[in-house]
Amino acid sequence: MAEMAANNEAPEILFWVGCAGSFDDRYKKVTVAFVKILNRAGVKFAVLGTEESCTGDPARRAGNEFTFQMLAMSNIQVLDMYGIKKIVTACPHCFNTLKNEYPELGGNYEVIHHSTFLQQLIDEGRVRIEGGETFKGKKITFHDSCYLGRANNIYEAPRHVLEALDADLVEMKRCRTKGLCCGAGGGQMFKEPEPGKKDINIERIEEALATGAETIAVACPFCMVMMTDGVKNKEKESAVKVYDLAELIAQAEGL
Amino acid sequence: MVDFNDVTMAIFQQILFLAVLGAVAWLGYRRISLIRSTILLGKPEDRSNRPGERLSTMLRIAFGQKKMFDRPLIGALHFAVYIGFILINVEILEIVLDGILGRHRIFAPFLGSFYPVLIGFFEFLAVGVLLACIIFLLRRSVVRVKRLQPERHREMNGWPELDGKLILVFEIVLMIAILTMNAADLALQELGNPHYPQTGDFFFSQFLKPLFTGLNEDTLVIYERFAWWFHILGIFVFAVYLTYSKHLHIVLAFPNTYFSRLTPKGKMNNMPEITAEVKTMLGIETASMDEAAVIPDRFGAKDVQDLSWKNLMDAYSCTECGRCTEACPANITGKKLSPRKIMMDTRDRLEDVGRNMQKNGGQFVDDGKSLIDDYILVEEINACTTCNACVQECPVLINPLDIILQLRRHKVMDEAHAPASWNVMFQNMDTNQAPWKFSPGDRFNWAAGLEPKE
Repeated sequence: MAEMAANNEAPEILFWVGCAGSFDDRYKKVTVAFVKILNRAGVKFAVLGTEESCTGDPARRAGNEFTFQMLAMSNIQVLDMYGIKKIVTACPHCFNTLKNEYPELGGNYEVIHHSTFLQQLIDEGRVRIEGGETFKGKKITFHDSCYLGRANNIYEAPRHVLEALDADLVEMKRCRTKGLCCGAGGGQMFKEPEPGKKDINIERIEEALATGAETIAVACPFCMVMMTDGVKNKEKESAVKVYDLAELIAQAEGL
Repeated sequence: MVDFNDVTMAIFQQILFLAVLGAVAWLGYRRISLIRSTILLGKPEDRSNRPGERLSTMLRIAFGQKKMFDRPLIGALHFAVYIGFILINVEILEIVLDGILGRHRIFAPFLGSFYPVLIGFFEFLAVGVLLACIIFLLRRSVVRVKRLQPERHREMNGWPELDGKLILVFEIVLMIAILTMNAADLALQELGNPHYPQTGDFFFSQFLKPLFTGLNEDTLVIYERFAWWFHILGIFVFAVYLTYSKHLHIVLAFPNTYFSRLTPKGKMNNMPEITAEVKTMLGIETASMDEAAVIPDRFGAKDVQDLSWKNLMDAYSCTECGRCTEACPANITGKKLSPRKIMMDTRDRLEDVGRNMQKNGGQFVDDGKSLIDDYILVEEINACTTCNACVQECPVLINPLDIILQLRRHKVMDEAHAPASWNVMFQNMDTNQAPWKFSPGDRFNWAAGLEPKE
């Protein structure tokens, strides 16, 4: 972004990478896949790079409002300095925080989750599903993220993206408004679960495996970790893969 | 022929009725005032914006019971009870007037031939209520619907379980009383008793009439009077009882949905008192310096008084159906957290605070207890994934998550009481601007493998 600003250029969108997208080895692949899609579609975008900080979501949900607001304020300063208007992110937690919680702190942007953005690119014909792997007849099940679905009422966009793959989309019993959490939200990602009889991601992965799908599609870095761990726990790594929407589209595009 | 005894009896009944009505009104008023004043212990929160949207939410969710129909069969049964309850109130108005004025079936002369149709319709509703309540009771006791069983959900132990069943028995008995009353009335009409106006047969009780036709007039009057008194006293007891019960939802569902949150479920309430401080720390000028000067005595919520009035109204509106808990991922996987328990504990604490206030002349005297720790455990609130499933499920738009998050804020910010790994996460976020221990300088390394654009 700094580079674009220096050249007096303005991006179409700012791609908010997020901490998982920057540091988590598995999710970095999603970041790269999404960037390839953007490049292929000719979207003029920028990233903040090292100027980006955590949105503060896990701290806020864990009860630490100070840490959240410190991070939020400095992010808003950076975003406003570059005059950012439109943000796209692949993380539903970043999406929710930027969209719903930054305005009260003075940060007003149009914020779009990558599922919605991908759907727009497909609808506009800027992304064409051709030249890559075919998903025809393959069973895919989509795991709703709480922060997309119930938190922000986005249920259809990720499904439209998957439909574009021409795959066989199968639903889990608990889906859309009834979708079961992966177990990582609200700061759970960063601590051990409370004592219980089962881990939440195991409960969810059993449901996903019951659909017979060979691909579990996710749209959130935390869901990615939890579902991947679940598949490993059930020793199904070779038969069942967990992919983000962007990875599936990139594969179909042959990127 | 009117004899002296009949007249004294009638006057005696009227006086008794007025006395009972007065007592019920007084008890009800006292109870409602107490509930109102405990709700107002909560912090102010403006929920008056977008009145049109609020009204439509209330009409859809409370009046139209939209969310109950997520489960069509149960929704229909619940609707039968609800509509029966509302419409039978018209008949109760007539009964109350009868009680005060001593004039039986006062509406009959005004409505003429429509009267039996109307009462017939009420009877139809009463039978609906009766059947639905029997099915509900069977679901609780025989089918044993999981979310309602104390063996599975500790918050249902004791009074809540009994309360749920009592209410149903209450309604069944009341409906039987109404039908008995009408059937005995019809039999008396046939005998030409002057006190009972000729109305024509009613839809359902005409079939019960044969039970009463062989009896003599005096016995019939006793039957009719007994059922009449039993029914109206039952309703009075019910009216007072419900203010102590989970059944308060029949009233509070309406304001509770009207004042519900209109923002996306994912949005957490901001803490402006912290914004001011953060701005000062970051060296950003605050709009007004007064803003920074206001430091609250407590962050988040330790007790019910720290919650907003809407959180407290939520607690009184909860009917303990357990749809929230049934959908809660933490509860499903055996953690201690139950969103229903959060609401029930909040109400229990509020009731305790209310009793405390009553004892101490309207002023709350510190009893050394608080909502968190004494009612709700840290282990419960820490198990929450903030997934909003409980908020999504509630048929009357209660928000247990909002309470959980405020309790967390208190634990973490006021008491510095957080799981060790959360403290590590906070530290990472403060120093590396990421929840993991990575250097901020490495944030762009993911792009290393990409070929340069263009």
